[in-house]
Amino acid sequence: MDVTLRVWRQDGPNRPGAFEEYFAPGISSHASFLEMLDIVNDRLTLDNREPIAFEHDCREGICGACGMMINGQAHGPQQGTATCQLHMRKFRDGAVIIIEPWRAAGFPVLKDLVVDRSAFDRIVEAGGYITVDTGSAPDANLVPIAQEAAEASMDAAVCIGCGACVAACPNSAAQLFTAAKLAHLNLLPQGQAERYIRAEAMVDTMESFFGSCTNHAECEEACPKNISIDFIALLNRDYIKAKWRNGRLAAQR
Amino acid sequence: MATTEEAPTRRRYPWPIEFYRSAVGKKWVMALTGIALLGFVVAHMIGNLKVYFGPEDFNHYGEALRDLGGDLVPRTSLLWALRIGLLGAALLHVHAAYSLTYTNWKARGGRYRQRDYVAVTYASRSMRFTGTVVLFFIVFHLADLTWGTAPVAPDEFFRGDVYANLVASFERLPVAILYIVANLALGVHIYHGTWSLFQSLGYSHPRFNRWRKGLAAGLTAAIVLVNLSFPIAVQVGILEI
Amino acid sequence: MQLDAKIPEGALSEKWDSHRFSTPLVAPSNRRKFEVIVIGTGLAGAAAAATMGELGYRVRTFTYHDSNRRAHSIAAQGGINASKNYRNDGDSDYRLFYDTIKGGDYRSREANVYRLAQVSGEIIDQATAQGVPFGREYGGLLANRSFGGAQVSRTFYARGQTGQQLLLGAYQALARQIKAGTVNAYTRCEMLDIVVADGRAVGVVVRDMLTGEISSHSAHAVVLATGGYSNAYFLSTNAKACNGTAIWRAHRKGGLFANPCFTQIHPTCIPAADEFQSKLTLMSESLRNDGRIWVPAEVDEARPAADVPEDQRDYFLERRYPAFGNLVPRDVASRAAKKEVDSGKGAGPMKNGVYLDFAEAIGRLGRDTVEARYGNLFEMYQRITDEDPYQVPMRIYPAPHYTMGGLWVDYNLMTTVPGLYSIGEANFSDHGANRLGASALMQALADGYFILPNTIAAYLSESLGVDPMSTAEPAFKQVETDVIKRMDRLLDANGSRTVDWFHRELGKIVWEHCGMARSAEGLTKAISEIPALKEEFFADVKIMGEGDSLNQTLEKAGRVADYFELAELMCRDALHREESCGGHFRVEHVTDDGEAKRNDDEFTFVSAWSFEGDGAEPSLTKEILEFENVELTTRSYK
Repeated sequence: MDVTLRVWRQDGPNRPGAFEEYFAPGISSHASFLEMLDIVNDRLTLDNREPIAFEHDCREGICGACGMMINGQAHGPQQGTATCQLHMRKFRDGAVIIIEPWRAAGFPVLKDLVVDRSAFDRIVEAGGYITVDTGSAPDANLVPIAQEAAEASMDAAVCIGCGACVAACPNSAAQLFTAAKLAHLNLLPQGQAERYIRAEAMVDTMESFFGSCTNHAECEEACPKNISIDFIALLNRDYIKAKWRNGRLAAQR
Repeated sequence: MATTEEAPTRRRYPWPIEFYRSAVGKKWVMALTGIALLGFVVAHMIGNLKVYFGPEDFNHYGEALRDLGGDLVPRTSLLWALRIGLLGAALLHVHAAYSLTYTNWKARGGRYRQRDYVAVTYASRSMRFTGTVVLFFIVFHLADLTWGTAPVAPDEFFRGDVYANLVASFERLPVAILYIVANLALGVHIYHGTWSLFQSLGYSHPRFNRWRKGLAAGLTAAIVLVNLSFPIAVQVGILEI
Repeated sequence: MQLDAKIPEGALSEKWDSHRFSTPLVAPSNRRKFEVIVIGTGLAGAAAAATMGELGYRVRTFTYHDSNRRAHSIAAQGGINASKNYRNDGDSDYRLFYDTIKGGDYRSREANVYRLAQVSGEIIDQATAQGVPFGREYGGLLANRSFGGAQVSRTFYARGQTGQQLLLGAYQALARQIKAGTVNAYTRCEMLDIVVADGRAVGVVVRDMLTGEISSHSAHAVVLATGGYSNAYFLSTNAKACNGTAIWRAHRKGGLFANPCFTQIHPTCIPAADEFQSKLTLMSESLRNDGRIWVPAEVDEARPAADVPEDQRDYFLERRYPAFGNLVPRDVASRAAKKEVDSGKGAGPMKNGVYLDFAEAIGRLGRDTVEARYGNLFEMYQRITDEDPYQVPMRIYPAPHYTMGGLWVDYNLMTTVPGLYSIGEANFSDHGANRLGASALMQALADGYFILPNTIAAYLSESLGVDPMSTAEPAFKQVETDVIKRMDRLLDANGSRTVDWFHRELGKIVWEHCGMARSAEGLTKAISEIPALKEEFFADVKIMGEGDSLNQTLEKAGRVADYFELAELMCRDALHREESCGGHFRVEHVTDDGEAKRNDDEFTFVSAWSFEGDGAEPSLTKEILEFENVELTTRSYK
């Protein structure tokens, strides 16, 4: 099949960028979207032009490295699918495909389609963990966890940290990412001791980089792992309680 | 190479302020004030239904509002308390909305050349617009039927004759249209707001989540239908002096 | 050269305890005086860095990813083994040890493997406490599955994403230390060479991938946790960026490379669909629990799978291995599939796969049960191939997956370069010639959480009061110059072929001659072809862009450049090892019925190769493997 790409090209951080158009004929419909970009890049190189920079790694939808806006949708038209698992058969022959980087103030563009998502790491560093030094853990079966609780926690824990939720959000909010990590830990008995400190620290850090949730639910649709916005409600509840509780604890000091 | 930097820390304030400084807190405040304002809209609508019982009942209802609390409190004091409460809620609601809009505008990293929304609705995208329309409408509505401010109010405005004022106002076709448009905007605003407030308050449970949108749609339909009935009833002559 | 594995004295089950007791310690107040560099933040690297941070060492981590959470450990699906014996089915440390030794075809070190089994339970405790949401029974206790043909249920899992959840656990532990300030994490920063001075590892030279800046970092010790080298085959289940540069550079600086030819080919991967295929996708081995593997009995069968009548199908695994059937170990299943495809009976448009059929399972269990067990795998298959596995059989084919070989390490996980450690898949590891399913996660975390943080103290304690070497020293400057020279050479070639073209060509050679079946003739051919291709690469590769900004082609070229030499060593090792064992199958060494034939008399050793200079043949040192606790038997799955 033949496709035409309009791709955002930008030399480096804080540099002006523009769309460039590339005609890509003879692409196999079995090719994945990134394999199509590989082919285009090889052709660009042989044509003495710099290939398109884009992030990718595992190419099986789990590492979260890849991600781009494809025809106005984060990770492209297939629901519940990361860019690397999207295949060209989802496009018709002769299609024009517009490819843009994630756009959010918290995700500055580094080059072409590559953005800086380190804000996500800052959010996790703020409290997205359970404090347990290696070796100090009790036997794994000491605390039974209701299967439903473990499953609900896992539903949130599947987040791959790709940033599609932020990219899709009209407010560039990172609520779904943060809520998923909070729910993963806050739904488990092990996570209770730090539950409210975690909620407060992670949300406050999140807000220093990103916008606020106005319940559009666009993130849920964009999420390659289909994480539910119900977890955002849990984030709100825990944060509200956290502010109340942490405040009270502070007052007692 | 990005090494790790300390996230910015800031001074702690007493918890209500600290809470309201956060976007999540502002959304919580918006949800609570939204409930208060929504409660007013519903009560206002139910009260207004008295207009169909005729001038006497309706004017009596207007008078009864001033007598709220009966002999236990000074006359109109409870009404004023409610008014002040509502005003406060409205101010907080608007301030939070304004401040969040600014935050979100700053958080955006430029526009996409193409954007194909999947989940957002017209209602969710237009909250700022419908909210602004409703805000201006409220001022208009107060000038029209509460304060009787010219030139908004009908020429024959007479303080206390609520029924006559209403009919006189709605007999003016442009005003009737304005009321209809404003109430449609109010409906759109309430639809997303009602569904959304559950999220913002953190009430989410598989048992009732599927009812949230139904509740929002039902409530919106009731409010819009009843509120639209007043100008239409006047225009078609069901209500007259 | 003499190799000392430093295996502690005493009974097998007491070696680790007595070793820990006799190892010098670093007092808590002194730990902050030591700097440790960890390269790679996958399971092993993140676990080690976090644990050493908790202990109080000053740690720096480096990853070429944008975040510490993206390493390819994340893609492990099946699970993690531990000898908890929660199922009361007769498991024990000893049984896990025995299974691992036997599964590895008796080519691993007894003491290391037993230690691995000993700490396996603690890994589950640690991960659970970190909040890893392992699958659970209705009673709330941990669930287990049996995996990879093991006769006990000892595999813990988190849906089909066990690797992801364990890596996130380690990543979060690392994040906590970053916040605490004990770990300084460098992301988008690739290690390009190691600095050795006075016979010790003193630091590394890295490239900032955004600015291209080359800089040096020095420390008391350097830990390589950089994974395996399956991407030498180009098409593998590894992530695109996985590379052998760190271990290869360490090898060139004096680290012996052990058993490079021991690579694992995983039987259940989705076959390549076209020539532009960039990688292969693995599907969990658990599919073999219910799926039946077959090929058409006739060569050139043209009918779709459903139209091939039952009596014209060859369920070759069930036929050849009646006792284990479709559940034979990975190496056996892979070779059997290759044999069928090579004979022209392959399935699919490119005739490059075998059928994995669920029709019988759906009939027996019902579609709902099959969906509950394998739904997400079926979905993934459909997404990639556009075929519905509920309707038509899946097509699968083996693909390179894991490398048992790696840097030689002693019992302390130290390489032959003092101060240089290697953990996880990067070392030659505890899996011998073949790794059992669900054991990679176990080994990476055992090394990272429990072994290295203990054993490194012995080395560090020697240099108390000594500062790390200054990066202004000539030793560092020299390596920086070398690194820049290497990059300039690549950038200046300005030839006519892309990096991927060369990588693909290399992959074809290695897959053909050093893949599932190896012969002296083929290996000899490969050993002559690879250096020629390498010459061509340096003369004719084309890289656009400059070295002073983000340049993904340049990064890739550097990795491929090192793969040529590594691949050559793989072939040399495979040629030298005149036996068939585990993942290494020499067509010359088979039993009368075509099964692998091990040669214990001559090859019960670890092949450790040392680098002798560019163009010179590497030299071999043998670490003789002593088996005091198990008897060497022949694996049989008939």
